[in-house]
Amino acid sequence: MTAQLSVNANQVEKDYRANSLWRMTLRRIGKQRNAIIGMVILGILLLVAILAPVLAPYDPIEVLIGVEDVGKREAPCIHLLGCPADQPQHIMGTDGNVRDVFSRVIYGTRYSLFLGFTAIGIAIGVGAVLGAISGYYGGWLDMIIMRILDVLMAFPSLLLAIAIVSVLGPGLSNALVAIGIVSIPVYARVVRASVLTVKEQEYVKASKALGGSHMHILIDRILPNSVPPLIVRGTLGIGTAILDAAALSFLGLGAQPPMPEWGTMLGSERNQVFSAPHLVFYPGIAIMITVLAFNLIGDGLRDAIDPRLSNT
Amino acid sequence: MLQYTIRRLLLAIPVLLGILIVTFALARLIPGDPCKAMLGEKATADVCERFTIQYGLDKPIYVQFFIYMKDILRGDFGTSIRFARPVTIILIERLPMTVELGFSALLIAVAIGVPAGIFASIKRNTFADVITMVGANIGVSMPVYWLGLMLAYIFALTLKDTPFWLPPTGRLTAGMTSIPFYQLWNISVLKGTVQYHILEFIANLYVFNSFITGQWNVLLDAIKHLILPSVALSTIPMAIIARMTRSSMLEVLKQDYIRTARAKGLTQRVVVLKHALRNAMLPIITIIGLEVGHLFAGAVLTESIFGLAGVGRILFEAITARDFPIIQAFTVVIAALYVLVNLVVDLSYVFIDPRIRLE
Repeated sequence: MTAQLSVNANQVEKDYRANSLWRMTLRRIGKQRNAIIGMVILGILLLVAILAPVLAPYDPIEVLIGVEDVGKREAPCIHLLGCPADQPQHIMGTDGNVRDVFSRVIYGTRYSLFLGFTAIGIAIGVGAVLGAISGYYGGWLDMIIMRILDVLMAFPSLLLAIAIVSVLGPGLSNALVAIGIVSIPVYARVVRASVLTVKEQEYVKASKALGGSHMHILIDRILPNSVPPLIVRGTLGIGTAILDAAALSFLGLGAQPPMPEWGTMLGSERNQVFSAPHLVFYPGIAIMITVLAFNLIGDGLRDAIDPRLSNT
Repeated sequence: MLQYTIRRLLLAIPVLLGILIVTFALARLIPGDPCKAMLGEKATADVCERFTIQYGLDKPIYVQFFIYMKDILRGDFGTSIRFARPVTIILIERLPMTVELGFSALLIAVAIGVPAGIFASIKRNTFADVITMVGANIGVSMPVYWLGLMLAYIFALTLKDTPFWLPPTGRLTAGMTSIPFYQLWNISVLKGTVQYHILEFIANLYVFNSFITGQWNVLLDAIKHLILPSVALSTIPMAIIARMTRSSMLEVLKQDYIRTARAKGLTQRVVVLKHALRNAMLPIITIIGLEVGHLFAGAVLTESIFGLAGVGRILFEAITARDFPIIQAFTVVIAALYVLVNLVVDLSYVFIDPRIRLE
């Protein structure tokens, strides 16, 4: 009898697990072709970033003058495609300072991924706190926070980021902070909206009646509801953040040379597009693939986690 | 409707005030002495003192802000430190370029994005749909400046000496001028008056000016110069509009009244364009309004690539040169335009969807 019961309990436990929200979501994500493709690309990019020292044939900032017989801004030379074997192989050619572009593009993966994740991390962190306070306490506090965010949103994001970087001074970390700041309003709004929808629900009231502190109610009872939309928005946001960070670097406000950052690489060789298009082409493609990966994952997650969001 | 419009305009005031405060603060926070930045080696202590007094930079910050507010309300944005000319004049010279660029980019984005989205939605889950959406996904992921450079490479260099050649820089070919319509039509107006500024602004819209005055070769040249930058600038909005159109149409197409319309025997064309599209329009219009902001941001990049003397490029240059009056004026104008466009979008809901009452 006891054995019988425990078997049933196990079965119930199994059924419950198989149908838990996260499992169901995971299963739905598995059916999203876009998300799978995006995740595969992102996986490869992460590997490239981690294994950069192994994959890159050269040091990304090493000037090859005197090291080997190769000139400035030389076109790609690939031995398999008929480039003479006595010439050194540079899959994506060399740049204006005689550095191997391929190695630079590989190392660039590290910067872009780091920038994207960190900037959006900052934005979600600050945005969630602001949104939660705004939605939970309401009143004049809500009013003030939301108006400030409205003002931030009234600026096109890249313009505001440019202005902030010029206050902080150009550089990779400042570009990161600037992009983080301009992304805050989106996440604050997402969190505020989900706080507003659940804060009057019975289980929250019950928690209050049981004497739960504001902190406990907010963090344990209310905020978990905003996790799914934050993940979706965040993934899409990383793509935009990478794009904006590269744009800042392109304008000379982000990562500084000789850092092998894609936007910087594009920016420093932009005037050579007619004579050496490969110097512009490859970093741009790298940015595009990376942003594409996050957009695909974001779209897939949105459809899997919350189909209602697909119209927003 | 009128009441709603007034209320919305009033609500925009605190936002605009906030924009003024933010731009003012940001411009002051930019590190570095504007005197040294402007005058360089000539910036001796004596010269700098006069410079600071001339531009009112010696006064307390809140006094500076009130003077600034007072001037703006009179339409006076001050004098550019770098060019030593009134900012309003510079704005009149530069804004038309960006308006032209932004408008043509938006036109391309809507003209291709909306039909592409409709097409993808009626061919849902077919090969055509997948291709369109893959295209849209790639479109949103592309850096504007990269696309611009690649287009310049293809059309200005590779296709040189073919009829498809397009110029990679400037607004008009050297030597070509767009004669202002008020000169051709002998409208006499005093230089420096408000009327003059308005006429000058309109005349600086080269495409419009050469069109109404029939300067056909100038018109053709101006359009040719606009194509590459507009196409580059339009890709991201186009892709976003296409995606929004598709998802909005899919939402509508599965509703009962669409099935009824089909059951009545209406043609596909009527069902899609008259019954479905009209109801799917709301989110599409909203996203188009929001994209206007992206266009201005993208203009900074596009203008600097295609050597166009527009608002975006001068703003970027002003930030690096710490030219406060220009930074403030141009940011305020861009943000105000953005707020205005979105107000127009909100008001347009009533015309698109009669069920919406804005009272």
